[in-house]
Amino acid sequence: MTTIDTHVGASTKSSGSSVVASVGQWVTSSDHKKIGRLFIGWSLVHAIEVAVIGAIFGLERMSPSSMQIFKGDAIVQLSWLFRHVLVLGLIAPLFIGLAIAVVPMQIGSKAISFARLAQYGFWSWFFGSALVLISIIGNGGPGGGNSDMVDLFLLGVGLIIVGLLAASVSIATTILTSRAPGMALDMMPAFSWSALIGSIATLLSLPVAIGSIVYLYVDHTYAQNAFGGNKGIETWLGWVYSTPQTFVFVIMALGVLAEIAPVAARIRQPQRPIVLAGLGLISTAIIGAVTQSQHVLTLTGTNGDKLSSTVLFLLTSGLPLLGVFVTIAVSLLSMKEGRPKVGASFAFAVLGAIMVLVGFAGSFIGNIDKAGLVGTSFAEGTTLYLAYGGLLIALGALTHWAPKLWGVVLDDKKVLGLTGLGLIGTVLAAFPLYIAGFANQPAHAVNGFDYDGPVALWNIASALGSALIVLTVLAYVGLLVTAVRAGAGASDDPWDAHTLEWSIPSPAPANNFASLATVSSSEPLLDAKPSQEVSA
Amino acid sequence: MTLALPSAPSQSPRRQVFVATALAAAAAGMLIAGMLAVWMKFRAGAPTRVSSDGLKVIKDWMSKDTIVPEVAANTMFATFPFAALMAQWAVYSAKRRDGQHRSLALAILFVIGIALVNAQVAIYAQMEVVLAESAYGTLFYAITGTMLALIAIGMVFTAVAFFRSVGGRDDDLQVVSANALYWYFLTAAFTAVWFFVYVQK
Repeated sequence: MTTIDTHVGASTKSSGSSVVASVGQWVTSSDHKKIGRLFIGWSLVHAIEVAVIGAIFGLERMSPSSMQIFKGDAIVQLSWLFRHVLVLGLIAPLFIGLAIAVVPMQIGSKAISFARLAQYGFWSWFFGSALVLISIIGNGGPGGGNSDMVDLFLLGVGLIIVGLLAASVSIATTILTSRAPGMALDMMPAFSWSALIGSIATLLSLPVAIGSIVYLYVDHTYAQNAFGGNKGIETWLGWVYSTPQTFVFVIMALGVLAEIAPVAARIRQPQRPIVLAGLGLISTAIIGAVTQSQHVLTLTGTNGDKLSSTVLFLLTSGLPLLGVFVTIAVSLLSMKEGRPKVGASFAFAVLGAIMVLVGFAGSFIGNIDKAGLVGTSFAEGTTLYLAYGGLLIALGALTHWAPKLWGVVLDDKKVLGLTGLGLIGTVLAAFPLYIAGFANQPAHAVNGFDYDGPVALWNIASALGSALIVLTVLAYVGLLVTAVRAGAGASDDPWDAHTLEWSIPSPAPANNFASLATVSSSEPLLDAKPSQEVSA
Repeated sequence: MTLALPSAPSQSPRRQVFVATALAAAAAGMLIAGMLAVWMKFRAGAPTRVSSDGLKVIKDWMSKDTIVPEVAANTMFATFPFAALMAQWAVYSAKRRDGQHRSLALAILFVIGIALVNAQVAIYAQMEVVLAESAYGTLFYAITGTMLALIAIGMVFTAVAFFRSVGGRDDDLQVVSANALYWYFLTAAFTAVWFFVYVQK
C-alpha cells in the first residue's frame, strides 16, 4: 500500500490568478514547502510581536511607580504572553516549520509523510495562538479575571501543543520511513538528524503538558479546588516555557549550524559521529521536562539526597550543555581544517549558536542553589538567549535554504550586516537580565522590587535589545521580500553544498525529485562532484 | 547545473502508518504517564485514616461513601487483552489475505470497544463521584475521561480498518498491524490506570 501523498502537484497547481484561488492554494496545499513556509512566516510575525512585548516589558520595569503602562493583573498576563509567544509562538514552530520545509528534500523524499497531518498541525497551532491572544486581551490566561477567557486560554494552549505534536509526527515519520535508498540513519544530513531527535523529544515531552491542561481545565471549569484555578496555571504549566523544556525546542537550531559549517568550510565534516552524538545529548533535557522540574542542584541533606540532586542536575542541565558545546566546537573545528568561506548564513548560525550556548550555560549556573538565582530574572535572560539565539540561527537557515524555498539568493553583504544587529540585540536584551538576576530582580514580575539606580538601566538596555530584534527581523523580511519580488533566480547549488536538496532545481519543484537517487555516503552530492574538496 | 546522482528503483515509503502509529502511541503513553504522575503526587500528599474495620491505614482523599465498582473495573481490565487478541487475529488474517476473518475480527474488536465504553459509563454511574467535592473528583474524571477518549480514537481507527477490509483492501496489512499496535498500547495504558485508579485508589 502506498500511503505517501502522490497528489501534491494537483493541489498546488494554479487554477487562476484570483486572490481567493491563491489563498485557497495555501490553505489546502499538501506541498511540504508551503506548509513549512506557513509555519516560518507566522513564527516571524510572532518574533516581531514578542520583541515588541519585550521592549514594553523592559520599559515597564524602568520605573513602575511613575511610568505604568499596564496595571494590576495585566502585567502578569503580559509577562505570560511574552513567555508564551517566545517559546510556543516563536522558537518551537519556527524550527518545526523549517524541518517540514527542508527535511523531505534533504533525505531524498518526494513528499512529507501525512502532509495533511502537518497542514492540520499548522492550522491547529495558528488558531490556538489566536485564541491565546484573544483570551489574554479579554482578561484571561494566568491571573486573568474572566473565567471564560481563562478556559479559552487553556483551549488555545492545548490546540497549539496538539498542532506541534501533529507536525512532529509528520516529520519523524518522514525521516524514519521515506529516506532515499541506501541512506542509513547515520548517513542523514545533520539538520535532518537534529529534526528526528527534536521531533521525537517533542513527542515525548509535550503530551505531558496536554495532561496538565486537561486537569487544569476540568478543575477550573467544574471544581476550582485542587489546581489553584487561574493562578495554578503557572504551577502546572510553567515548565513548558522554562528550561529544560526549551532546550528541546532548540535541538534543531544546533542542527542548522552542524549542517552549514562543513558547507562553509568546503569540507566533509571530519568528526561527523561526534556531531550527531552531541545533538543527541541535548535531548536528555526531556528527563527534566517530563518531570516538570528544573532539578536545582542542592548539596544539602543526606549523601543520598546530594547524589540524587547531582545526578538529576547533570542529566537535565549538564548533559544538554555538553551536547551544545560539543556540537558547536566540532562544527567550528571543521572551519579550521577546511578552506572556509564565511557567508551570512554561517555568520548567523554561529553567532546564534553561541547565544544559545550562553543560554544553556546560564541555565546550568542558574540551577545551582548556592548561586541564589532561582526565581530571579536570570531565568528570563536564559529564555531570551535561547529564543533570540535560535531566531538568529533560523535567519541563517533561511538564508542558506532560500534558493530551494523561494528560488532566490539573498544579498550576502546586506544580510551579513544584519547578523551584527541581531547579535547586539540578543546580547542587549538578555545579558542585562543576567546581571539583574544577581541583584535579585524577580522573574516575570514588575512590582514589588526597587528599580532605582543601575537596575533601571539594565531594563532599559533589555528593552532596547528587543527593539533591535524587531528591526533585525523587519529588515531581514524586507530583504527577502525584495529578493523574491525581483525574482533573481538562484542556481541549483549556489553554496557548493553536500546534500541531496542541492541536486534539484531552485526553487524546488512540487514533488522535489523527478527520480529517486541511491545514496552511499553522508555527502552524496559531494560524491557526484568533480573532486575539489579538501580531504578530511 | 543539476548533478546526476546514481538512480534508484522507485519504492514506497516503508511502513508509514505503522511508524506514525507507534510515535502517536508513544506520545499518548507519555500523556497517560504524566497524568498518573500527577495523580500519585496528589495521592501522596493526601491525609491518611484508619479503615472502618481498623485493620489498615488508607488514604483519605475519596468521599467515604465512594465505593469503587470492582466488577466493572476488573471486567474492563480483563477485556483489554481480549481486545488485543482480536486485533492480533485481524493481523494474522490479513497476513493470509483472509478477508472474511479479518473483517470479523475487526468487527468484534469494535464491539469490544463499545463494551469498554459501556463499562466506563457504568463505573461513573455506580461511583457517583462529585466533581467539585475534592481533588479526587477532578483527577478521577480527568484521567478516566482521557482514557475514554483514547479508547474512542481506537474505535474510530478500528472502524476505518473494518470498512477498508469489507471494501476489499486485501493488501491492508500495514493499517491492520498499526491498529493492533494501538490496541496493545491501550491495553498497557489501561493496565496502569486500572492499578493506580481502581486498585491502589
